[in-house]
Amino acid sequence: MRKQTKKFGDILLTMVVWLATALVVGVFLWLLGDVVVHGLGKLSSDFLLDAPQNAGRDGGIAPILVSTLLILMVALTVTIPLGLATAVYLSEYATGSLARILRMSLNVLAGVPSIVFGLFGNALFCIALGMGFSIWSGGLTLACMMLPLFIVTAEAGLSAVTVEWRSGAAALGLSRAAALWHVLLPAAAPAITAGLMLSIGRALAETAALIFTSGYVDRMPESLSDSGRALSVHIYDLSMNVSGGDAAAYGSALVLIVLLLVINNAAVSLSERFLRVRKTP
Amino acid sequence: MIWSRHNTSSTARADAWLARLTGSLALAVALLLVLVLLLLLKESWLVLSGGGWTRFFASEGWFPSSGLFNLLPMLWATLAASLGALLIALPLGVLSAVFSRFYAPSWLVMPLRRVMMLLAGIPSVVYGLWGLTVLVPLIAGWEPPGASLLAAILILALMVLPTVALTSEAALAAVAPASLLGAAALGLSRKGIVLGVALPEARAGICSGALLAAMRALGETMAVLMVAGNVVQTPGSLFDPVRVLTANIALEMSYAAGEHRAALFASGWLLMLIVAVLAWLAGRRGGQLYA
Repeated sequence: MRKQTKKFGDILLTMVVWLATALVVGVFLWLLGDVVVHGLGKLSSDFLLDAPQNAGRDGGIAPILVSTLLILMVALTVTIPLGLATAVYLSEYATGSLARILRMSLNVLAGVPSIVFGLFGNALFCIALGMGFSIWSGGLTLACMMLPLFIVTAEAGLSAVTVEWRSGAAALGLSRAAALWHVLLPAAAPAITAGLMLSIGRALAETAALIFTSGYVDRMPESLSDSGRALSVHIYDLSMNVSGGDAAAYGSALVLIVLLLVINNAAVSLSERFLRVRKTP
Repeated sequence: MIWSRHNTSSTARADAWLARLTGSLALAVALLLVLVLLLLLKESWLVLSGGGWTRFFASEGWFPSSGLFNLLPMLWATLAASLGALLIALPLGVLSAVFSRFYAPSWLVMPLRRVMMLLAGIPSVVYGLWGLTVLVPLIAGWEPPGASLLAAILILALMVLPTVALTSEAALAAVAPASLLGAAALGLSRKGIVLGVALPEARAGICSGALLAAMRALGETMAVLMVAGNVVQTPGSLFDPVRVLTANIALEMSYAAGEHRAALFASGWLLMLIVAVLAWLAGRRGGQLYA
């Protein structure tokens, strides 16, 4: 009798676990399937190369893609040097309470809701620094958002370089600066790049922080001081403010997801390569 | 050997220079948080000063043009939506993590993890779009108006599920193999191993994953904004349209001025406060904030 109830419990748990996973995967396939099916109907080379017409219902998304890339470029130009320097400082130099404070503030920054970064960016870049609604403002706001994730992943990559490599470099008489440049950074490069890809993915997906910083204008931007509409903002605007914009919204969503998929795959394969290198130094 | 003296001194100089450079840049990053907090405080000072903050809890409602800024209904809506989402996502996420660690055929594990990672990266605005065009009409067919607290809960649950699943899986993977082997050697069934050994040992990791998911749910703007209906009211039932704090900022920022704008910045402060408490809890548990 006891044995039987035990067996029954085992079967029950197996069923529950299978069902829960099937439910989760099923709902997600439903979502992805909808995006692909509705998006493919809209997708064409014209869609990628034309300007939006009729508030985005017709035409394409060319200026929006350009704005998105420009915003990303501005964000990366700030994030990479600043984030890399902080990661190096954290993994190579920081000790004691300063490191702890820095880590804690990074943890809090990573959790700050994106809309709050939007408020911050609006108050600082658009108004206090007089940049207005512009690609500059949007990119700089995104940089603030990306920094914590990039720093933490880059630091993890640097810290994972084994102590033998460090002692080897020291034994050769390399300064720490030279060891960093010739040994640590190259060894950690795949991990740092993977962290960068993750951050780019986060930035591309961002909407709330951009509405009040880079704005809504869907014309082709002429300079970085122009307002530019990011792809995610375009999807939001089409689905909420433009009746009959759903088809174009799904088309843009598919483009965005394909972009993210490419970046995601790059990040995964890079970090796997990194792990393999680590195992066999 | 002739160069050794020269070498060591230049080494020291380069190192000191590098330490100072990276240190000052790191300090700038640390100051970013202070800057965010100070700026939010400065922008909301107009309404916070002189005891004006009591209006956030004691006004008759949210009527910014009349200077009434009661945040409570939106705070309740935020908490209800996040809590509901967590109640759905936590069991499902943990179960799917258990599946991929203990039940899945080995060929299924990697694709499953890839799918979860992809889903964790899908933009919230895409979840919102799908919710608006698929989920809301479905709920409307059952109980109008469709755009409701329930829609917000379901979409948020879907959004944070990958976070829960990935962190739980990492926590389960970190359980010492010796414990699992020992349990198996004692003749425990798979259920006994999962419920009696693996899950209790992974509890801390699963908890910090849940806190991380809660932070994401509380801070989410677009997906909720698109499906929740955005009526300012204390949620009375699952089918009531509600407006959360983040959505309120996104909706009104474009035309807010004066005290109204200050009140929106103050609600940003409130959101940050809640998230900081959760981050602190997660940090105290020694949890890793990134899956």
